[in-house]
Amino acid sequence: MSSSTIVSLPDQSTARIPKVNFITKENGLLSWLLTGDHKRIAMLYLASITFFFAIGGALAGLIRLELLTPQSDLMATDTYNKVFTMHGVVMIFLFLVPSVPATLGNFLIPLMIGAKDLALPKINLLSWYLYVAGGILVLYTMAAGGVDTGWTFTTPLSTHYLNTNVLSTGIAIFIAGFSSIFTGLNFIVTIHKMRAPGMTWFRLPLFVWSHYAASILMVLGTPVLAIALVLVILERTMGIGVFDAAKGGDPILFQHLFWFYSHPAVYIMILPGMGVISEVISTFSRKRVFGYTAVAFSSVAIAVFGFFVWEHHMFIMGVSSYSTLVFSLLTMLVAVPSAIKIFNWSFTLYKGSITFETPMLYAFGFMGLFTIGGLTGVFLGTTGTDIHLTETYFIVAHFHFVMVGGMLMAFLSGIHFWWPKMTGRMYPEKISQLAALITFIGFNFTFFPQFILGTLGMPRRYAAYPAEFQVLNVFSTAGATILGVGYLLPILYLTWSLRYGEIAGSNPWQATGLEWQIQSPPLTENFPEIPIVDHDAYDYDWLERKHEREREVTSV
Amino acid sequence: MDHISQVLWQFLEKWLTNFSLYPPEASKIAPQMDALYFFMVLVSLIGLTIVILLVTGFSILYSKKRHPVAVQIEGSTLLEATWTIIPLGLFLIMFVWGALIYFRVYTPPANAMNIYVVGKQWMWKAEHPGGQHEINALHVPTGRPIQLTLISQDVFHSFSIPAFRVKREAIPGRYTSVWFEATKTGTYHLFCTQYCGTNHSAMIGDIVVQTPDEYKKWLQGSTSGMSLAQNGERLFASLSCSACHNGRADARGPALAGVYGSKLTLTNGQSVSVDEAYLREAILNPSEHVTQGYSPIMPTYQGQISEDGVISLVEYIKNLNSNDRVEQTLTTTTLLPESEGKAAAVGTSTGQTSTKQGMVKQ
Amino acid sequence: MSDSTVAVSGAQAEGAHSGHHEHPPYQRHHFETIEQQMDATSFAMWLFLLTEIMFFGGLFTAYLIYRNWYYPAFVAGSHQLNIFWGTANTAVLITSSFTMAMGVWCAQTRRKGGLVLSLCLTLLLGLVFLGIKSIEYSEKIEKHHVPGFHYSLRSFTDPASDPEIYDQYHDKPLALDMARHTEMYFGLYFAMTGMHALHMIIGCAILGYLIFRAQAGDYTTGHVTFVENFGLYWHFVDIIWIFLFPLLYLISRHG
Repeated sequence: MSSSTIVSLPDQSTARIPKVNFITKENGLLSWLLTGDHKRIAMLYLASITFFFAIGGALAGLIRLELLTPQSDLMATDTYNKVFTMHGVVMIFLFLVPSVPATLGNFLIPLMIGAKDLALPKINLLSWYLYVAGGILVLYTMAAGGVDTGWTFTTPLSTHYLNTNVLSTGIAIFIAGFSSIFTGLNFIVTIHKMRAPGMTWFRLPLFVWSHYAASILMVLGTPVLAIALVLVILERTMGIGVFDAAKGGDPILFQHLFWFYSHPAVYIMILPGMGVISEVISTFSRKRVFGYTAVAFSSVAIAVFGFFVWEHHMFIMGVSSYSTLVFSLLTMLVAVPSAIKIFNWSFTLYKGSITFETPMLYAFGFMGLFTIGGLTGVFLGTTGTDIHLTETYFIVAHFHFVMVGGMLMAFLSGIHFWWPKMTGRMYPEKISQLAALITFIGFNFTFFPQFILGTLGMPRRYAAYPAEFQVLNVFSTAGATILGVGYLLPILYLTWSLRYGEIAGSNPWQATGLEWQIQSPPLTENFPEIPIVDHDAYDYDWLERKHEREREVTSV
Repeated sequence: MDHISQVLWQFLEKWLTNFSLYPPEASKIAPQMDALYFFMVLVSLIGLTIVILLVTGFSILYSKKRHPVAVQIEGSTLLEATWTIIPLGLFLIMFVWGALIYFRVYTPPANAMNIYVVGKQWMWKAEHPGGQHEINALHVPTGRPIQLTLISQDVFHSFSIPAFRVKREAIPGRYTSVWFEATKTGTYHLFCTQYCGTNHSAMIGDIVVQTPDEYKKWLQGSTSGMSLAQNGERLFASLSCSACHNGRADARGPALAGVYGSKLTLTNGQSVSVDEAYLREAILNPSEHVTQGYSPIMPTYQGQISEDGVISLVEYIKNLNSNDRVEQTLTTTTLLPESEGKAAAVGTSTGQTSTKQGMVKQ
Repeated sequence: MSDSTVAVSGAQAEGAHSGHHEHPPYQRHHFETIEQQMDATSFAMWLFLLTEIMFFGGLFTAYLIYRNWYYPAFVAGSHQLNIFWGTANTAVLITSSFTMAMGVWCAQTRRKGGLVLSLCLTLLLGLVFLGIKSIEYSEKIEKHHVPGFHYSLRSFTDPASDPEIYDQYHDKPLALDMARHTEMYFGLYFAMTGMHALHMIIGCAILGYLIFRAQAGDYTTGHVTFVENFGLYWHFVDIIWIFLFPLLYLISRHG
């Protein structure tokens, strides 16, 4: 065991994957499609989410290719509009919103709190089917010629002025939305009612706290999006007039309803990622997360404040100037908990014993990029600078720093971190470190130039742009190719590791979570006996004592 | 190889000649907004540097090689308070500073010259008070506050001038406004920044900033012979508005001279101040805007008159008392009529009614 | 070391499945106790109802805003609604809530016959509600009061042409611009009652399933959570109507 790593694997010559586990329990496609096991459903989600990520990524590639030159020469403008709309719809509703919660959250929350499953396994399976149904409708939309509303469905453009497949997309997102509602609902119930004896609220891993906060947003925010979409559909089919200025309706009302969900939605996307980072940073610095309660409550604060900032998407839309004051102020307040988290993570490293395995590298990437993403969010929440920067590439860059630099880094960090738990096998370390580095470099090349483009005033959603913006766009496209390689590598080597990876054993990282104290991959009902929890989260001394006891048992 | 290096060279040359980090500052508000922007960039850089220093510093100091056993620390209330209060304080400074700029950008001064802008898929139409029309272009003089009153005929658009640091959405069904004072002559980008359909990225144009003299010349050179108010006057006559709004004692509608900027009491007891938005609403949805003492007999003009037509009418009614705003109508040499009675007379005597169709459907 | 952990938990796994404690057949495997199961599922139902409140909340917001803006149009629109059918439907729904509550009570006290009867009555009343709703809808279709489908303003610009309503309220004719906003009233009317009716239809479908299972005796052995939770849903849909009825039918009577 070299001193620069904490990985401790069982002796590879004798080790084997436990014969009985949730994967080998039953065989056949039906046993997966009708399963109630949260871990199997998480795997189903992982596969389907990766599929849609690949589609969204390919569309992003097309966007960057088109923007290589100032003219719209690769595709016609309406094709470009469809491509960026589908990119947004697929990435947001079919990748970012379910990414960490539906895969890692689904897999881990019962394990972390010491439960045999989520409270409502059938609802959990139903939510995957709803997700798939939404996804298939999106695929149908693409096959039927796409949709070009932008993922924001701005009325009256989406209701009266486009002849593309707005209806099928609206219904798809409506359905996928209910998938998200049911996932959130399931998590809340599970966290409230299914905790093992001794697992008090303040012994919960921060991963669980952040999922709890995100779930509140899913349950309360998503139905408002659903009703906004219902009204869009009714407006489009019947012309009921609620969003139609010609009939006395107010298109701004749609903006209110839409952003009432879609701003909290970015917290739905980022909060679970923050949970991953807390786990990873603690594990690889062998330390309890600095200021546990502050980090836990900052998640809840984000969820609460997150509901009252939506109007900052509408500062230049002619809303009352005084209401912008309130919403700008609240936006400043919601930025503070994120700052608290970043500093607490930094100080978790203080006097730790740090190692740099792949999950940790991604976590460092997250911290840097999310800091930039978060701070540039303040530029947009400040009313004055928002006037100049909104609706430009600045907002594109900000959003991608938070969502791709933040969330996707966290997702990859989490996938690498829990891969041994999910599959029983390690991923190859060296190449994955390289992939993390490539991703980080490619990401910055792709999106940092976009901050400058935005400051210069380049509007977003433009298929063609003035020639003076080309140089920075070329940088961005070049970076995107690097980023593409960075994302392709994990898909390849993780698939490879399913068969050829080293046997991980139950706790390769020497981590403290309950999920690491059971076999990898876990049994169908996780715990043969429900554990009794007698220690806080991230209690490395407890782990040490446990190991000592086990050593005594084997030596006797 | 040769070929590639040439491409690379061209690329570098392009970069070096075209590269800039922020757009030109061509309006009075631009330096103010940039000051805040650079303050925020500075704060962000300091914040980012602190995070990077903490992370790399601790990573080096406390790597497993150097520091094999971690020391468990619970946390620190003092530190929590520090990194709650300091960011909050900085954010609050940004909030106040930003709000001051926001109110400045969206509160036009009283002496601003008003130019109307109508957005439609996919073009901008600017209408100067003197009747000059421009498509996807806007000529403005330096040293003079210009107010833009924006409206959209179809979907949301957004009128953005990066060099001025101003932007405002043009929304169907209501007026929005923004103002600026250009400081540097030149041609600047005009973008539609709100996604508006197929040719969104073609909805661009030029903002041409000229010296006041050049601007005057341009106005004279591109006049259509009729100011907005005069055009409105013709519409006023051809739509038979003057049949009721004629200022006579027995008129069925209220007199409109001096109505702009005044306070009215409506039949439902509401008190309103008359501005562009009110006039527009009163023409399109009259039954909700009946002045006290009159009956709700005015028909709606929704669907019968384009946004441009409404603008002309609004401009005409605004100028019905020849206050100082009339003087801003630079090329309007003939004095505008004082009252509706006269207006109707002018309208009919010049035989403008014959062009009714053309005017309404412009 | 890690290997031994694996082996130990593996061995425990063998014994785990055979060693389940005594529990009722309807207790799901992953719950420790039946109380935990009941607690969790009813908590989930309440959360779901919270979601539903947010869903209808969007519609109510839209309604309140436009009602404020276009009051005369909303008054004239509401005069077009048939207060008789509306009241009848309210009575039907409240009665159905009563029979639903009876059903829950029967399940709790393990009265199979009573449960099946109550559920059947609830289903019947639900269908009556939908039937009456469709009578009301067809009235609107006949009068061309469905937005977007040959919408007619005649009842509002010329109320006398609609003697049935006119004799009742003696509405003054609305100006054309205000009359046009009645289309929005009917848009919201159809959106709100339509969404409510959709919930009723889903409820009726689930009721059918419940009756089928109740007949087999599944809910009279102590397993009452499903019936209870469905009861919550049914009462919730009822309460939504209790808000819709005054907002759409009654509130403008003094207008």
